[in-house]
Amino acid sequence: MTIAVEFTHVSRHYGNIKAVDDVTISVAEGEFFSMLGPSGSGKTTCLRLIAGFEQPTSGSIKIFGFDATNAPPYEREVNTVFQDYALFPHMNVLDNVAYGLIVKGVAKNECISRAERALEQVALADYGKRKPGELSGGQRQRVALARALVNKPRVLLLDEPLGALDLKLREQMQQELKTLHKQLGITFIYVTHDQSEALSMSDRVAVFNNGRIEQVDSPRNLYMRPKTSFVADFVGTSNIISGDLAQQITGSNQSFSIRPEHISIDSEQENTMKVTGQVVDIQYHGANSKIEVKVGKQALSMVLSNTEHTEAQLPKIGQSLVLYWPQSHMVMLEN
Amino acid sequence: MQSVISNPALRLFSNTLYRKNNLFLFLLLTPPLLWFGVVYLGSLFALLWQSFYTFDDFSMAVTNDLTLANYRVLFDSTNLDIILRTLTMAVAVTVACACIGFPIAYYMTRYGSVREKGFFYIAVMLPMWASYIVKTYAWTVILSQEGILYFIFKNLGLTGALESLLQLPIIGGNTLATSQLGRFIVFTYIWLPFMILPIQAALERVPTNLLQASADLGARPAQTFRKILFPLVFPGVVAGSIFTFSLTLGDYIIPQLIGPSGLYIGTMVYTMQGSIGNMPLAAAFTVVPIILIFLYLALAKRAGAFNAL
Repeated sequence: MTIAVEFTHVSRHYGNIKAVDDVTISVAEGEFFSMLGPSGSGKTTCLRLIAGFEQPTSGSIKIFGFDATNAPPYEREVNTVFQDYALFPHMNVLDNVAYGLIVKGVAKNECISRAERALEQVALADYGKRKPGELSGGQRQRVALARALVNKPRVLLLDEPLGALDLKLREQMQQELKTLHKQLGITFIYVTHDQSEALSMSDRVAVFNNGRIEQVDSPRNLYMRPKTSFVADFVGTSNIISGDLAQQITGSNQSFSIRPEHISIDSEQENTMKVTGQVVDIQYHGANSKIEVKVGKQALSMVLSNTEHTEAQLPKIGQSLVLYWPQSHMVMLEN
Repeated sequence: MQSVISNPALRLFSNTLYRKNNLFLFLLLTPPLLWFGVVYLGSLFALLWQSFYTFDDFSMAVTNDLTLANYRVLFDSTNLDIILRTLTMAVAVTVACACIGFPIAYYMTRYGSVREKGFFYIAVMLPMWASYIVKTYAWTVILSQEGILYFIFKNLGLTGALESLLQLPIIGGNTLATSQLGRFIVFTYIWLPFMILPIQAALERVPTNLLQASADLGARPAQTFRKILFPLVFPGVVAGSIFTFSLTLGDYIIPQLIGPSGLYIGTMVYTMQGSIGNMPLAAAFTVVPIILIFLYLALAKRAGAFNAL
C-alpha cells in the first residue's frame, strides 16, 4: 500500500491559537478520506497544509514520499476544489479549466481538447464560452471539479465542496463524486462538517476537535464504536451518560454512550440494562417519533417507530417510563 | 397599527412618496442633475463654443464670428511642441505612478495588518490635506542646489553622478529644480495618491483564494501575477491613471514653479486667457486634453481594462 499523504506530528499555531495541534495521519493511495469536525476544529487548516497554502509550525508533511513541508503549492501533485469554487471571474469556463495546463506549458491545442473533455466529464460540454458569473452554483461546482481534475492530480482535495448547494443537488453531487472517485482511482481528501455526508461517502473518516484528531476509523466503526464522548456526540446522536447516573446504571462511574435507536420500551431478554424516567417531550418526525425522557438530571432521547406504534400506544408527556437496552450496544468512552 | 406621523397631510405625502418610487427618485435627482447639466456641462459647452470665436490680433478683441482658425493654430509647430511636451510628461508621470503605486497598494492589501493599513492610508492621504501650491513650493527648496537632495548626493559622494544625469538631453538642466527630471519628480509625488487609492481598492476586491487557486493549479508567482492578479486589478490601474494622466495634462502650477521654461497646455491656457485675453485659443487648447483622454479611454477599453468589471 502506497501512502499518499502523511502527517507526522504536524502543528499549526496562530499566536496562542492551536489551529492544528500535533496531528499524525496517513492517507493511503486511492482512499476516500474525510476530515470531519465542527467549524474551527482544524480540518480545513489541515487541508490547506496539504495544498500548501499554509506551512506547519512544526512537524512534517509528505506527499507520495516527497517532503512537502515547506514546498509551495505549485510544486505539489495535488489540486483543490475550493469551498466557494474560486473560479477566475475574468476568464470563460473553458479557459478556467485549461488554466492549470496552460501555466504548465502544455501545447495550446492539447490544453483546449483536454479541457473540453474534462467539461464533458462533468456534463458541461456546451458551457465553455460562458463566464463563471453566468452559471448556477451547481454548475460552478462542476467547473471547479473539472478545473482540478484536468491536471490529473494524484490527490484531490475537496474543501466542503457541497456546502453551498441545496439538499437535492447535494445528494446528487455526493453520488457523482463517489462514482468519480471509483472511476479515477485517485486519493480524495474531503473536508466536511456534515457527518452524514462523511459517513456515506468515505472509506475512512478523521474526526477533528479543537485542532486534534479524536478518532480515525471506518464510518461503521465511528458510529458503532466511538472512542470519545465527542465522537459519540458528533457522529450521529448519542445519549452520553456519565457521573452518578452511570454509577446508578452500571455500578461504575465510567461514561458510556447509547444510541437513541438502541433504547427500547420493551423488556426483551437481551435488554439487560434499564432505567426509569419521566417523559418530557414527544416530537413527530414522520417515520418515527422522538421521545425525550428525563432521568435524574439528564435527558435521554430515544426513537419509536410510527409503523410499529399507533399514536395511542406512544407514551404521554409526564408519564413515567422504563427504558431498556442491551449491554452489547453500550459504548464505554475514554474519560 | 398606529402611524408614527400624526399630521394627515404629511402622512399622505410620505405615503405617496413610498408608493410612487419614480416621483421620489425625481425629487431626489433633480438638484444634482440641474447642477450637473446646467452648471457643469453648460459651462463646458460654453467654453467649447467660444473656441470657435474669432480673436482679432490687432484690436485684441474677441468677436463671435465662428471660425476653425483656433484649431488650425493648434497644429503650428510651437503649439504642437507644447502638446507633445505635456503629453510626454503625462504618460511618464502615469507610468511612474503606476510602477511606484502598485507595490505600495499591494503591500497595504495583502500584507498590512489593520494598524499598518491605517498608517498607510494616512501616509498616502496626509499630503493631500496640504495645499498643493505649498507642497510645490516646498519642492522648489528640496530640489534647489542648497536643498536636501543635493546635500544627500554630496554626502554619498554621488554629486558627480547627479551632475552627469543633469547633463543628459531632454530630462537634464542646470539644477534639479530647473530640469524636466525635477518637474517629473514633483508631478509624480503630487499625483501618486490618486494612483494608489484606486489600485488599492481594486486589489481589495480580489479574493485571496483566486491567487491560491492559481498556485494550486501549478502557476508560479509571476504567472499568477500576469494571468490573474493584474487583469483583475487592471481597471483600478486604469482608473488611477485617468487621474494622474488628466491631472498632469491640465496642470499649470508645477510647470511654472519647477523645471525649465517652455509652456505646457495648462500654462498656455493660463497665459492665453489671462495676460493676452485670447479666450478662443485658450478654449481650443482645453479641448486638447479632453480629446487625449477620450483617446486614452478608447485605448484602455481595447486593452480590456473594463472586461473584468
